[in-house]
Amino acid sequence: MMPRRIALYLWVAVIALYALFPFYYAVVTSFKSGSALFQIDYLPHKLDWQNYLAVFREQPFGRNILNSVLVASAVVGLSLLLGLTAAYALARIQFRGRGLLLITILGVSMFPQVAVLSGLFELIRAFGLYNNLLGLIYSYMIFTLPFTVWVLTTFMRELSREMEEAAIMDGASAWTIVTMVFLPLMGPAMVSTGLLAFIASWNEFLFALTFTLTNEQRTVPVAIALISGASQHELPWGRIMAASVIVTVPVVGLVVLFQRRIVAGLTAGAIKG
Amino acid sequence: MAGDHARQRRQTAWWFLSPLLLVLLLVAGWPLVRTIWFSFTDASLMAMGEAHWVGFENYLSRFDGGWFGVLADPLWWQAVRNTLVFVVVSVTLETVLGLAIALVLQWRFPANPLLRAAVLVPWAIPTIVSAKMWGWLLHDQFGLVNDLLLRLGLVSVPLAWTADPALAMSAVIMADVWKTTPFMALLLLAALQMLPSDYMEAARLDGVNAMRRFWHITLPLIRPALVVAVTFRALDAMRIFDLIYVLTPNNPETASMSIYARQQLVDFQDVGVGSAASTLLFFTIALFTIGFLALAQRRDGGQWR
Repeated sequence: MMPRRIALYLWVAVIALYALFPFYYAVVTSFKSGSALFQIDYLPHKLDWQNYLAVFREQPFGRNILNSVLVASAVVGLSLLLGLTAAYALARIQFRGRGLLLITILGVSMFPQVAVLSGLFELIRAFGLYNNLLGLIYSYMIFTLPFTVWVLTTFMRELSREMEEAAIMDGASAWTIVTMVFLPLMGPAMVSTGLLAFIASWNEFLFALTFTLTNEQRTVPVAIALISGASQHELPWGRIMAASVIVTVPVVGLVVLFQRRIVAGLTAGAIKG
Repeated sequence: MAGDHARQRRQTAWWFLSPLLLVLLLVAGWPLVRTIWFSFTDASLMAMGEAHWVGFENYLSRFDGGWFGVLADPLWWQAVRNTLVFVVVSVTLETVLGLAIALVLQWRFPANPLLRAAVLVPWAIPTIVSAKMWGWLLHDQFGLVNDLLLRLGLVSVPLAWTADPALAMSAVIMADVWKTTPFMALLLLAALQMLPSDYMEAARLDGVNAMRRFWHITLPLIRPALVVAVTFRALDAMRIFDLIYVLTPNNPETASMSIYARQQLVDFQDVGVGSAASTLLFFTIALFTIGFLALAQRRDGGQWR
């Protein structure tokens, strides 16, 4: 039995190393500057904070972070609000066309973003939202709404009928039922979907790249992708890694804290559907 | 009375759905229709309002004895080939590795929650960040991967991972496999945990070895979940954009269909051709999706509830 145990722990170590090493190496690199960057070190030597200061000095990175936080929070709020009411209708009420509607919503989640790019670009310019965070919030609905609705519907289906029926007997309106009966029970599901929507918006690149123009309106992924040095062949890797670490730490924190909720959301979306 | 009540509830349902439907129409339905329409025009990015109908010219046309349009562009077909290679290789690797990781995660040991959190890290990291991280790891002069390979004596000169046409696609696949395997592993783990344990117990008592148990019991039982996970991943991989755009920019050897479409649309300002390429990508994915849904429905033997 012993060798089997050792082999399994060896696998555990290999998996953990594979999953964490690239990020660990980014952290090590972010604390190196000058010629130290071109020396390959597997272990950190000293903490040199220069890159972290340079990230904020050389570009409006603080503003970029604020943009990302604003966009992702607004997207989460809107998706949950629209998703919860829609999920109530889809999960608790029998009506014709419900199956077709669910399939359509699932279909939208398969849309390649590039397929709506020119149409969205035209619409965003027509609304005057080009190079504006509102344009990003609006366009992000295309990928957060379908899975929010889908996952919340899956969760809401599993809740018992009794409370809802009691509320109907008492003459409660549908809005009251959603907010007073279901909302408290949906807490964990809302956290799951909210986290997924937040991470998806925080990481989005194509729309943010296409629908913004100036440094001040960019979100962090675009800001990082566009960090450049004196010439194309001299990328400031230390600064890029510092910026990468800054935007990754909050997401990794969320993942570690809410691991169970995230996995519940991911699997509810794919397996039970 | 009961009928009244049911009708009232149906009405409520549509009221509750209307904001969602309106937003989906504005963000998905209408833009898609416009993209398809633009693909039949000569619109340019700076003058989208002055589009003229040109029929199928952006797709395929003949001028002065030569063929033009997306379908006559060797770069488009290269992008189709790149996308296919990327989807097949990366999804296969992700499935195999994901299953292996899921089997380890299924084992209950003290540090299990920690390992699970560690595995989620690559999934949560922004794609752009992972592209930059891998760009640095695979750097031709100062990259750690080359250093490691040289030390182990596996190569004699450093490799230009992201620049060498023969290697660029493998760099993209490496980075994608690292980032997406966790998602696969967690989906498959969820499937593994829903299996009834009595089959395995019985087989174990009968002295069936672990390898045979896996092939003859576990794998057939999780097959439905496996098919769903692979299909979702493949459909998602077909639209790949960010990773390639950042890791191997302006490289025709790795450019995907999405990259080609955006390049025409934004860099060359040719909304007509860009929209034609987007439309082709959309219908390719739609065809696969509908095919899969039809198969799934037949398997379930009926109704979508």
